[in-house]
Amino acid sequence: MSKNTIEIRWHGRGGQGAKTAALLLADVAFKTGKYVQGFPEYGPERMGAPITAYNRISDAPITLHSNIYEPDYVVVVDDGLLESIDVTQGLKEGGALIVNTQRSREEIRTALRGFTGRIYTVDAREISVCALGKYYPNSPMLAAVVAVSGVMEQEEFLQEMRDSYAHKFAKKPEVIEGNMKALEMTFAAIEEGQAARERSACA
Amino acid sequence: MAIRERLSGNEAVAYAIRQINPDVMPAFPITPSTEIPQYVANYIANGKIDTEFIPVESEHSAMSAAIGASAAGARAVTATSSCGMALMWEELYVAASDRLPVVLALVNRALSGPININADHSDSMGARDSGWIQIYAESNQEAYDNFLQAYPIAEHASVRLPVMICQDGFITSHGVENIQLLEDDKVREFVGEYMPAHYLLHEKEPMAVGPYAVSAYYMETKRAQREAMKNARQVILETAARFESLTGRKYGFFEEYRMEDADYVIVLIGSAAGTCKAAIDEIRSATGQKVGLLKIRVFRPFPEEELANALRDKKAIAVLDRSEMFAATGGPLGAEVRAALYSAGSRAEVVNYFYGLGGRDITVDDFKEVYAKLERLARTHERTDMYTYIGLRER
Repeated sequence: MSKNTIEIRWHGRGGQGAKTAALLLADVAFKTGKYVQGFPEYGPERMGAPITAYNRISDAPITLHSNIYEPDYVVVVDDGLLESIDVTQGLKEGGALIVNTQRSREEIRTALRGFTGRIYTVDAREISVCALGKYYPNSPMLAAVVAVSGVMEQEEFLQEMRDSYAHKFAKKPEVIEGNMKALEMTFAAIEEGQAARERSACA
Repeated sequence: MAIRERLSGNEAVAYAIRQINPDVMPAFPITPSTEIPQYVANYIANGKIDTEFIPVESEHSAMSAAIGASAAGARAVTATSSCGMALMWEELYVAASDRLPVVLALVNRALSGPININADHSDSMGARDSGWIQIYAESNQEAYDNFLQAYPIAEHASVRLPVMICQDGFITSHGVENIQLLEDDKVREFVGEYMPAHYLLHEKEPMAVGPYAVSAYYMETKRAQREAMKNARQVILETAARFESLTGRKYGFFEEYRMEDADYVIVLIGSAAGTCKAAIDEIRSATGQKVGLLKIRVFRPFPEEELANALRDKKAIAVLDRSEMFAATGGPLGAEVRAALYSAGSRAEVVNYFYGLGGRDITVDDFKEVYAKLERLARTHERTDMYTYIGLRER
């Protein structure tokens, strides 16, 4: 796999929007000029069943059509999956795991039994309920993966997402600001978590 | 100027259908092709095109209605997958023998059973003897490009055969990738208006379509179909040349990837070609080993001579099949490639693999193992089985 390609694996449950989030990420990366892939891996489709989705994002055309076994980043949309699925399998050294959870990073690390790589936690529920009044994990998780992976500039991402939301929610513009707020809150939360971690590393 | 977009394979085919604006689309939903009629129905509902959409009660009816529409003189299209195509079975043969240029967007999926919704070529490979032209895609771009070339091939006066445009279920149909689209006016000019020479609604030329053929006529009808299939070869190449001058994208019966100096070659069909190309680039830059790929685009008519020419001087060849036929000779592509090589007097080592059945993934590492085996075979000439497997669990 070419060095300038970022590979991301998403874990979620059917109906939670992990596939949609992967497609949205492909969309926004495409708009910033990248070559992209966003694709789901389907088993028997049913609400609540674990599903996997993938992204490849590159500066060069991508011909690969296999699944991703050694991702740079793994996004877990439902932390209930940590007990049933080996979410860190194949995760590259130097990569990172991003988990939507209300638990602390230390609790997540304990649940992962021996994983020594980077972990980022995002409380997408709190952010989404605060920004939107409802629980939609997609926007926070998208912002989190952009912040952690640096796949594109945050400002550029926000601008493209505003355009996407304006298009997607043309008939309910009242949710555009809430979604934008969710993205910005997530950026701030990731930065703050990073700062906290650096402090604890120093202590 | 081409339009830079990102679309799934299903979106790309639906987009092509919108640009072509065919007269009639009867269709019945089945995963993973459902989105195609769904998107087209949206285009129709939104007034983008005036295609007559017929929500039929089964795939048997979908193909029957497409046949009726095409016989009447209309440009007809449908889409299906897997068991949906199986239910069209008898009608596939009727469309071909009636010489009706119906186009079928097939999203390849394993046939039951066991029930499975994923990519596999058993549906179209099972229909390889039905008299349809079959064109396969590696990517969303190719699914789109092939679809645009379907009607000019199908409707050509020397061909008049139905065409199925195949792509791999989920891998391309549901995967979003970058794609270059053509402007609507360029597509309409390229595809042209359908002006059938003979059709049922022609009031001055009463005719019957699909009458009983007694034994005194049946065999000649089949011979005529074979002649049309032979004629299609030239038309496929001419259409590809016209498409290339429009888009710069080159198509033929097959694509050769790093084949000029290759000693060890994989022959396959469909989306796995992209992964194979990545493996080839890695192997060549890491070891310099001369590996290449021949990706079949047109399986019917089968490009026997051209294929044998392209493979003539190769040391070892692996032919990969994504469908079973339970023959002692292996899979359908393996059998045809071996026959072509035998006719051409080739002495290359050939090994036939089954891979990817029911959506089993195939990776760069899998391809590296195949190339390693080809290198060993060419060196040792060891005896091999007629067929073997990639990625099969032995226990």
